[in-house]
Amino acid sequence: MSITLILFWFLSVLALFSAAMVVASKNPVYSVLWLILVFFAISGHYLLLNAQFLAIVNIIVYAGAIMVLFLFVIMLMNLNKSNEPKRNKWLNLAGVLAGGCLLLVLVAALKNAETKATLAETGTGNIGLIENLGKALFTDYVVPFEISSVLFLSAMVGAVVLGKKESSPDTAGQSGKSSEK
Amino acid sequence: MPVNYYIFLSLALFAIGIVGVLIRRNAITFFMCIEIMLNAVNLLLVAFSKMHHAKQAATLATAGIDGQIFVFFIMVVAAAEVSVGLAIIVMLFRNVHSVNVNFLNRLKH
Repeated sequence: MSITLILFWFLSVLALFSAAMVVASKNPVYSVLWLILVFFAISGHYLLLNAQFLAIVNIIVYAGAIMVLFLFVIMLMNLNKSNEPKRNKWLNLAGVLAGGCLLLVLVAALKNAETKATLAETGTGNIGLIENLGKALFTDYVVPFEISSVLFLSAMVGAVVLGKKESSPDTAGQSGKSSEK
Repeated sequence: MPVNYYIFLSLALFAIGIVGVLIRRNAITFFMCIEIMLNAVNLLLVAFSKMHHAKQAATLATAGIDGQIFVFFIMVVAAAEVSVGLAIIVMLFRNVHSVNVNFLNRLKH
């Protein structure tokens, strides 16, 4: 058993177990912490596939920025176990059954796919290095890259508008009434 | 590494995300499960890009690079989506003092 294979199985088990714990834990803070573990496991997979740029970006953007945002919102709302709504056991069972059926169907469909003998090369190949990705990003994909910056700007404006505290309800009602008149 | 392994790993992660969306009623956990699904897709895209590269590297040195660029853009869109989504959840919490999505069925009535 080569070291790559051992690492692959270790990271896969870690990712699946952590993902299951994200769904299973009652406290959202624990869910976020397990989710960070999922992201680290997936970054490990990227490293195994020699996609180093994506591994680093995954850690910085997901485990760094997005998860901090999640934790921040959870702490802001002071969510804990006590105000977690009670869940219907049969509904849970139905959900797990539905997900399991989806998995079963997809696995059965792809089990005998032609990709059986195809290898995804691990540890070699230099397309995942930042030099080549940067070259492609700033030549072939420069327009989508610029559009994504516009997307970020609009997302920022949207988040600020949504998160802004509305003016006090009585003055808002008055302005509404006056406009109605 | 056979690409089949990556397909099944991604399918399992995706199914876990689906199950989470189906059984959890907490809007924030919803979002986390959506992130799991996005990451499963990203992993599969990278695996396929490496598979394509292994096949086509002799003819084109940068074969398969598009898959990794797509993963980069998926991450960009996910970051924007999360910032707007969490702002919506904060607004929801401010109005109904709960993040339970069962309170969001008012359009039904």
